[in-house]
Parts: sequence; C-alpha cells; structure tokens
Amino acid sequence: MSHLPFDPLLVAIAAPLALALAIALGLPKRWSVRLAYAGFAVPLVMALHTWWHFSAQTQTAGYAFLTNYSTGLTGLGISLKLGLNGISLPLFVMAGIVGFAAGLYAIQSQAERLKIYLMLLLIMQGGLMGVFASVDIFFFYFFHELALIPTFIMVGVWGGRDRGYAAMKMTIYLTAGAMISLVGLIALYVKSGATTFDLIELKRYLASKPLSEITQKNLFAVLTVGFGVLVSLWPLHTWAPLGYGAAPSSNAMLHTGVLKKFGLYGLIQIGLPLLPAGAVHWAHPLAWLAVLGNVLIVGLITIAQRDLKQMLGYSSVMHMGYAFLGIAAGTTLGVGGVVLMMVAHGLSVALLFLLATSVHHRTHTFAMDEMGGLAQKTPVLAALFVAATFASIGLPGFANFWGELTIFVALWKFSPAITACAVAGVVISAIYGLRAAARIFFGPPTDHMTAITAKFPPADLRWAERIPALVLLAALLFVGFWPKSLSDPINAALTPAAKVAAAK
Amino acid sequence: MTLEAVKAAAESNVWTAIFPELMLGCIALLLLALEIMLPKRLHSLIPDLAAAGLLGTLIGFLVNWDSASVGTTTFNGLLIHSPTGQFMRAFFLLAAFFVCLLGRIALAKQRMPRVEFFHIVLVVTAAMMLLAQSNHFVTLFVALETLTIGLYILVAYHRTSTASLEAGLKYLVMGALSSGMLLFGIVLLYGVAGNAALPGHTAQGMNYAELARFLAANPNNFVACLGIVLVLAGVAFKIGAFPFQIWVPDVYQGAPTPVTAFLAVGSKAAGFAVLLALCGPGGAFAPCAWLTEPILMAMAVATILFGNIAALTQHNVKRLIGLSGVSHAGFLLLGVVAARQVPSAVGAIQFYLLAYLIASFAVFGVMTHLAGAEDSDQELDHYAGLAKEHPFLATVLAVGLGSLAGIPPLAGFMGKFLVFVAVFKAGHGTSLIIAAIGVVISIYYYFGWIKAAFFESWAPAADAAPARPARTPVGLAAGLALGTLAVASVVLGFWQGPLGSWLVLK
Repeated sequence: MSHLPFDPLLVAIAAPLALALAIALGLPKRWSVRLAYAGFAVPLVMALHTWWHFSAQTQTAGYAFLTNYSTGLTGLGISLKLGLNGISLPLFVMAGIVGFAAGLYAIQSQAERLKIYLMLLLIMQGGLMGVFASVDIFFFYFFHELALIPTFIMVGVWGGRDRGYAAMKMTIYLTAGAMISLVGLIALYVKSGATTFDLIELKRYLASKPLSEITQKNLFAVLTVGFGVLVSLWPLHTWAPLGYGAAPSSNAMLHTGVLKKFGLYGLIQIGLPLLPAGAVHWAHPLAWLAVLGNVLIVGLITIAQRDLKQMLGYSSVMHMGYAFLGIAAGTTLGVGGVVLMMVAHGLSVALLFLLATSVHHRTHTFAMDEMGGLAQKTPVLAALFVAATFASIGLPGFANFWGELTIFVALWKFSPAITACAVAGVVISAIYGLRAAARIFFGPPTDHMTAITAKFPPADLRWAERIPALVLLAALLFVGFWPKSLSDPINAALTPAAKVAAAK
Repeated sequence: MTLEAVKAAAESNVWTAIFPELMLGCIALLLLALEIMLPKRLHSLIPDLAAAGLLGTLIGFLVNWDSASVGTTTFNGLLIHSPTGQFMRAFFLLAAFFVCLLGRIALAKQRMPRVEFFHIVLVVTAAMMLLAQSNHFVTLFVALETLTIGLYILVAYHRTSTASLEAGLKYLVMGALSSGMLLFGIVLLYGVAGNAALPGHTAQGMNYAELARFLAANPNNFVACLGIVLVLAGVAFKIGAFPFQIWVPDVYQGAPTPVTAFLAVGSKAAGFAVLLALCGPGGAFAPCAWLTEPILMAMAVATILFGNIAALTQHNVKRLIGLSGVSHAGFLLLGVVAARQVPSAVGAIQFYLLAYLIASFAVFGVMTHLAGAEDSDQELDHYAGLAKEHPFLATVLAVGLGSLAGIPPLAGFMGKFLVFVAVFKAGHGTSLIIAAIGVVISIYYYFGWIKAAFFESWAPAADAAPARPARTPVGLAAGLALGTLAVASVVLGFWQGPLGSWLVLK
C-alpha cells in the first residue's frame, strides 16, 4: 500500500467518473468546466505519484499498490483488483499525461454542448486509468469498454466529415473486436480451470499447470484477432483512419494515443505470459502480417493521403505494426521496446492530433494541398509540429527513438528479413511526416491559403493550446533523454516472462 | 385414496405460502368493487391503488423472504417453493408494478376503460407467480392459461384500433395453438407414465419429480419423447423462440405499449421459469437431456440469428423491440442449455432477466411518453431531436438500449457475460461464436435507435419536420421510476453486491 491515506489507483479511476456522474445529474456548466480541470488533473497527479514511489513499494509478484474490492461476484473469481507492475506503470502514467492534455485542450475548444463533451471525455479518462490499473482480467476488459463507448457518441455528435458513417463503422468493428476478445478471455478463464480472473493467480496457476499446446495456440489466435481489430492490425484496420479522421480532437488523442494500446497491452500482459507456446507458434505469421500490411502497405497509403487527419490516422495504424513486430520477437528486449514505443507513440500521436486541430482552426481545411506558408504567421505552432513529426519518425532525443531502436535490435535476432522491411518503414514515415510539415508550414502560400489568411488572419498558438502541447512534448523529451526512468521497471517486469518463453 | 392420504394432502395446504398471490387476487377484486362504489371523479385513484398494492405486496414479500416455506412442497406436491421460484415471484411483482405505471400514462391518452386493465394485470401477475412455483402439470397448465387468457384481453384492449384487434386475434389463434400443443404433450406424458407395462410407471405422471423418475427409467420411450417435444414447443411460443416467434412483431406492434412491455418481460420470463423447472438441473425432463439439449441448443442459435437479423430492417420501434426480444430469448435459451451441467447458469439467467427487465421498462417508459393516440404507430423517425427536447428521456433511452445491447458498464453486459461464462463452462464454446455474432449485429439497430434520438445529422432537414405525435411531459412518478431504472442499470453493471453473490453461490 502507499503511504497516502487513500488508494491512489482507485482515486485516479473514480475521480473522473464521479465528476462525470455529477455532470450527468445536472451540475451547472460553469462548475462543470471548472471542476473538469481537477477531473483531469487528479489522475495525472496520482499517476505521477505512483511512478515516483513505485520502486520503493513492497511488491507482490511484481505488482505494487495492490488493493482488492469485492463487487459481489467473488464466487466467480471476479473482483476489482487494482495494482501496477512494470508494464502497466509506464502506460498508466502515459494515460494520465495524455488525458490531462486532452482534457485541457477540450476545455479551451469551445465545443458545442461543452458540458456533455467533457462528461464523455471524463468517462473515457476514468476507463483508461482503470484499464491499466486492473489486475483482474474481467475489469481490464470492462474498463476498456467503458472508455470505448464515449468514442462512438463523440464521433457521431461532434465529429467532422462523414461522422454518421464513421461512427457506425467504428462501433461495429470495435464491438466485433471486443466480442472476439471477450470470447477469448472467457475461454482462457474456463480452460485454465483456475476459476479466477485475477491475473496474478492465473499466472501462478498456469506456471504449475500450463495449458496444452493446442489450446494455447487456439487461444492466442483468438486473442490476437480480437485485440488485432482493436489495435488496427492489417487488414482489420480500416475503421481507424476513417474514425480518427472524423473524431473530435480530444477524443482522437485519447483513443489513438491511449485506448488503442489496450490490445497490445492485453497481448503483453495476458497473451505472452499465459500462452507462451501460442505466442511462439504465431510469431512468424503475425510478424509478416505486421511488417507487410501495417508497415509497408499502410505506410505507402499514408504517403498518398491529402487529408492531414486521415494521414495521422494511417500513420498511427502503421506504427502499430512495429508494436506487433516487437511482440512477435517476444524477447525482453523486443517486448520492452513495445512498451516504450506504446508510451512514446501515445504521447507523440496525441500531440500531432492536437496540433492538427490547431492547424485546422487557422487554415479552415484539413487538405494539405491547400495549405502552405503557415510558419511565418504561426512560428510556435510550426516549431511544435515539426518537433512532433521528428518524434513520430523516431529521431534520437525523443522517446520514440528508444522504442523503435530496441524493437529493431530484438527483431534482428528474430528475422533479419523482417527487420530490413521494417527499417524501410522508417524511411516511409520520414517521407510522409516531413512532407506534411513542409506542405503545411513552408513554401509559398496557396491561393486558398491567401484567401483564408486575408479573411481570418491566423494568430499563433494561444497559451491554452500551448500548455497541453508542451506537456506532451516535455514528456516525450523526458523519456527520450532518460529512458531508464521507464525501462528499469519494464525490464524487471518482463524478465521472468521472457525466461519462460525462452525455455520453450 | 385412503382417509389418511386425504388428510395428509389437506394438511399440506399451506395457504400462507401463497399469501402474495392471494393478496393480488383480493386487490384485483377490490378494484372492481371500487369502480362501482367510488364516485366517477375518484376513479383516477384506481391505477394508483393497483400500483401501490403491487409495491406493498412486493415489499411484504421481500420482508418475509426467509420465513416463507422455502425448500418445501405444498398443496400435495402441486407447488414447490425454491429460491429460484422466490426470485421469479419478486421479479413478476416488480414487472407488474412497472406495467401499472406505464398503464397510468398510456391509458390516459386513449380514453379506454381503465379499471379492467389493472384488474387483469393483477390476476395475470398472480398466475405468473404460481407458474414459477408449479411442480405439477395441472398447476402449470391452469396458471399458464390464466396468464394467457388475461393477455388475450389485454392485447386487444384498444378495441377501436384495428392494429390492436388484429394483434389480439393473432395472439389468440397462436396462443390457442400453443396451448393445444402443450396440453397434448402433457397428456402423452401422463398417459405413457401411467402405462403399467413400463418400468417405473407411476399414477402421478403429472408431478415433476415422479415424471423425472419415470423418464429416468425410460429415457428413450418414443411417446414420452414426443410429449416432451410438444411441451417444449408450447413453451417456445410463450418465449417467442424460433420457429414459434412468428406472432411476435405483429402482436408487439398492435398491443398497447404497457401490454407489449408485459409480454416482453413478464410473459417471456414466465416461459423461462417453466423451462428451468422442466429442463434445468433436476428438472422433470433432465433424464432426457439427450433429446432436450440439442433441441434447445438449435432453437437458441436460430433464435439469436433470426431475432437480430429480422430486427435490422425494422422502422417501427415496437416491432424492433419485439424482434430484439426474440434474440434475448435466444441468449437465455443458451443459458438454459448450460444450466443442467453448470448450476451457476440459473443465477446467470436470473440476473440476465433482471437486467432485461430494468432496461426494457426504461425503454418502454420512454416509448410510452413518445406515443400518440394511435399506439401502434411508433416510428424511429419520431425520435428525431429527442436529445435536444427531452435530454432526460433521451438519456434514459440510451442507458436502456445500451443495457439491452449488452454494453459495459451496464447491467445487460453483466447478464450476457454471466450467461456466456456458464455456456462456455458447459462446453458449448462454439455456440458462443453465434452469440457473439448476434451481439455485433444487434449493435447496429440499437445504435441506430440511439442515433435517431441523438445525432443531428440523422434527422431530416428542419424545414421538412416530420409529422410526429406530441410528446407527453414527464410526470413526477414516471420521472422517478425512469430515473431509478436508469441508475439501477448503471449500478448493477458496476456492482452486483449481495444480489450477485446470492445468484452465483445459490
């Protein structure tokens, strides 16, 4: 337990949810907005607190801050068990940071019906903190769905172009993915015979009585497909660019930055340690699918995008390919790289979505062909966008660099051919990233831009927009220059799991 | 029969055991008497009295939960008082209470005689409660017929509306057919059980325990199997399971909305109470699981697919909810199949039913407020702009539909989850794939309904505002009830508490 008089994890989950409930019950708008600052700040503070005190905590099976609350289904082995290990801690902190930035950006966005918008975002935030803090597999799934539902509504109500279609498509795809994952998790629960959803208990139980090889293979396949839809594994990815293209910015930040990591996180926390034989069996098909589909095909599609938000959506799909590659490599180095990359990608893609919306406020279009020359008018925006692009490409100094580097190093041992293809992906992401930055900010302004700037003279980023962007950039640089702050706990959490995998 | 046997039978008549049912009967008669005695201007009190009577009975029943003769049989084996039956009794009381609340609002619009409605609802509720405790085919049939005949009247209650009359006629014909099949099945079972040439024959072939003993001795008897199939078919009509679901959309559309709700929740749950008693753990048909299980499983899978696919194209919300109710019957049937091997499935089914009740009445409550004078005309288009005009009703609708769709963190998800776990435990993993497909399909139409109420772009342009009936303002009682239902859906999704542990461990 922590030395706080309360459970920081429960508070991080409950504070946004409680505020959302208060808003639903009719809190006046002025108070809703004021309290929303606290609603997004509390999870961040709690997350930073847990990160700071993590190594000093007494740990049980690698988990610190363990608490257990009964919800009435203890007989089935379901209880709200919260805790953090070295894998969930970085993501928990990342969720806190991105949530805070997305919240701040939403508060200044002057969206229509801001109260409801904030309420949905708070529900998402509570759910996200819950996903990474849950040790119980049931609640891990439960919180994911809780965070997912607001997405559908936000895309449908506050979305951009094609929002009705995008919302419906996202809903059906993601529900299908979630249902497949649910069937896989129920199957795991029943087949293991441990009659508990508690991950620690399951690990202990399956270490002594592992599942038969064929069961492991089948379960891993089901989980990979289910989680794969949620993480936009090629060719199940088509909902993602469409959805992100239509989603309002804060929602896109939280969804692509944090919520999408659920599937990868599930594979790392549940799939690899509990089903090692399945992971080994499917590693090669998964890796080829990821490298050819996500990295190369989607990468090339990304280059062809003209719409800024669609391009970001595709690039996010592409980067998920690297994560699958790290999982396929399966070693401590590879999986650790995935965790680092998830954190880095979450921060950088959220920053890019935030800046893209800020760009849109100044250009009144998402079509990159019609932009140009914005750097002279808005130097701060341009600097931040270029920095975010560098981060996304994986330049040294940013967190992404360490994630991709470790994945590639691990991947080389796994398969040099796949590594070669994956490295080509870096070139692709450099092409589209830099081209986008050049088209938006540099070169002579297009006729459209001249007309727009004459009508609405663009102002540089306001402080209300700068602060969330700087928070994200600072986190990216912090991890980029001091990766040890995250890699030590990750390493500690992964080493036993990798030993099991290596023994197979 | 010897004198001692008659005496023993008479001594087993424990009237206090069915006190709630007697109470409801008395209140029902009182309502009729009051209609004659009270002056006309006080007649509006009668619906309130019915609701208050139901609520009082429910509270009294819950207070005396343990002191009832749980675990015994009474009335010479006609009734059995099990924890499962107790739960279903409370369930029916709760459902009837909400039907009365809906009736108060809906009947005020249509200038229909009101007293008879509540009278029949009370009688039907008493019949459902007896049905949930029946241990004998005679009580089963008598209770089921009381229930069905009451519903014939209620379905055709708008006797000036052609839709309602058509629905009443369809329900009558289909109901009579199903009752005939049920009765024929019972007769076959009774007859063959009394055949002295067979091992284990018994004169008490209508008693479930005796029948189970006989079937255990003759699990392959052709006549008995035919009887079982016919009885299952009769019950399948009640729950609207494939291939006996054909009456559902028309009857649901034509019946007055409160009656639709009663059919959807009460009548369906009554069917499942019977199915659990017959095919559940230790049920009358348990020895013939080789026959009942494949039938029920095939029915469940077909019901899930049919209900969901047929609901996809509906624009009338009453037909839509009827067909979605068919798919819910499919999910519950999966649970019934699992119940023989996995005892926790019974608790899962009950939790599912409770979540379904809460969510359904939330949705029906909203529907009642949006319906006009012509009750069968309730289109999806009528929901346009609901979120702007009535945020409260729109929120309740979203929570109710979300719970029906099985979206976490709402109670409906927990119901589905518990049933799925039980089904997987029972080794029917493949059928879960169908169930999962069904859930994904259902998202489309539930979400379409939410879209119609919430998303601006979905509504037609403002200048072509559709002709839709005027919306009834939400009264205090209705607001409280709807708010409670919505909150209950959310709370039961997060925290099942003592109810959850009771259902799981029972």
